[in-house]
Amino acid sequence: MPMTINTPRLRLMLYHALLLGGLLLFWYAMTEPGLIPPFWFDDPTRAKFFFGQPLKVFERIWTWFAGGAIYGHLWVTLVETVLAFAIGTLLGLVFGLWLALAPTASTLADPYIKAMNAMPRVILAPIFAVWFGLGIASKVVFGVTLVFFIVFFNVYQGVKEVSPVVLANARMLGASGRQLLRYVYLPSATSWVFSSLHTSIGLAFVGAVVGEYLGSARGVGYLIHQAEGVFDIDTVFAGILVLTIFALILDFVVTRIESRLLVWRPGTAETEAV
Amino acid sequence: MQSARGAVAQSALALERVTCTFASRERAGDRYTAVRDTTLTVGEGEFVSVVGPTGCGKSTLLNVAAGLLAPSSGEVRVLGGTLTGINRSAGYMFQADSLMPWRSALDNVLAGLQFAGVEEREAETRANAWLSRVGLTGFARRFPHQLSGGMRKRVALAQMLILDPKILLMDEPFSALDVQTRQLMENELLELWSADRKSVLFITHDLEEAIALSDRVIVLSAGPETHPIGEFVIDLPRPRDVNEIRMTPRFVEIHGHIWHAMKDEVLKGYAQSTKSQ
Repeated sequence: MPMTINTPRLRLMLYHALLLGGLLLFWYAMTEPGLIPPFWFDDPTRAKFFFGQPLKVFERIWTWFAGGAIYGHLWVTLVETVLAFAIGTLLGLVFGLWLALAPTASTLADPYIKAMNAMPRVILAPIFAVWFGLGIASKVVFGVTLVFFIVFFNVYQGVKEVSPVVLANARMLGASGRQLLRYVYLPSATSWVFSSLHTSIGLAFVGAVVGEYLGSARGVGYLIHQAEGVFDIDTVFAGILVLTIFALILDFVVTRIESRLLVWRPGTAETEAV
Repeated sequence: MQSARGAVAQSALALERVTCTFASRERAGDRYTAVRDTTLTVGEGEFVSVVGPTGCGKSTLLNVAAGLLAPSSGEVRVLGGTLTGINRSAGYMFQADSLMPWRSALDNVLAGLQFAGVEEREAETRANAWLSRVGLTGFARRFPHQLSGGMRKRVALAQMLILDPKILLMDEPFSALDVQTRQLMENELLELWSADRKSVLFITHDLEEAIALSDRVIVLSAGPETHPIGEFVIDLPRPRDVNEIRMTPRFVEIHGHIWHAMKDEVLKGYAQSTKSQ
């Protein structure tokens, strides 16, 4: 492992930091009342009302974390995301395998699956809230409907594209129907599931937050909705920032899991002297 | 010579009047006959090669022998019995990459044992032994994409041989390799084969390879409606070195003889392939 500090990378990180700092400074300068003469709004405090203030936003985040008020909400959002992701992936895997291997069921279900996928599923969120209440369940179900189709189509495609030679070879080596499913179709499909992992965890997260936003009593989406109701723009921005960081962490975890499980895949940075 | 003559009495594998007709996917009613009325046998312990021009249905014949493809008419006899379903007495080495990319070399080699329900520890020991027999000690944990083309073929060879099949079906297994690696692999194959003399049906488009390896060479006509047009016994002494044997006068003589019979079909096949494009 090369642990030496390489300057180009360090320089890039510096530029990243500078860009962020510049943007924050710009935000501060434009919204701080009286700092620059008003050129758009008549009232110098109007900009602050619409766009919030970076310092206030950070202060809000600080009180959330220092006071511990945010953890309960974050936990709810996390649970919703993970449940939606796990259930959606499992269902997508099972149905994808089933329909890909059963031509009759596949032709029968095909138009309905296409229709359900084409439907803008965000409008289902209020219906789920009525069916499953304002707790976690309605958000999980909503997230599942988003994740399911991503995984389903990937698995379906994955099974359809298993190399016929690999399949014939496994049959010649004596694999029974069940063994083909377990040792050939499933690993092949799993690799396709992993290639959709980033998209599906992202959508599970969207499902959780949108569900909370539309009706709940807990979660980060609920916090944002509450703040919006009283025109507390600083808190709205703080919530968005927390969600973004949260999403980045999720994505990082997924990348780690992915690289652990897909070692057999030819990678670009994996040239190894034999 | 002796093995070839003894084989006629007892054949390990026999295709009898096999015809394969495929329905066209584009136009219903259109039919394409890849193989017509083909009879060929492989004696016990005999190494038989089938050569023919490109696109003549060589692989179709092999798939029929493997039981992966049911012939439209005719039958396949394996060790005396009629074949239905997959040919369990045969190992198949494919032209394209056939290893499971998500399994390491070791796990690929032991796949057949795993399917047969052999205990894990024992399967691993036997797979490791086979890996070293094909010269891949130390590569057990590599995945197929981390191996070279020649190494992947060795893994496939070990994967097939670990089940100790009576019959080996090989579909241009070395055609994707460079000349040097290929000759190495051919010699290794001959060495492994001479250890316990399995019956081999070897498909190739390379006449030199066919002569160097085989007891008998069968020449196929150009497709469609491929059928054998000639059979030649190769009486070169064994053990052979595929590289050296190509230089011997007898080899050159046999080569000239078979090539003379093949030439017209090769030209026909070439004409057809250019016409259809």
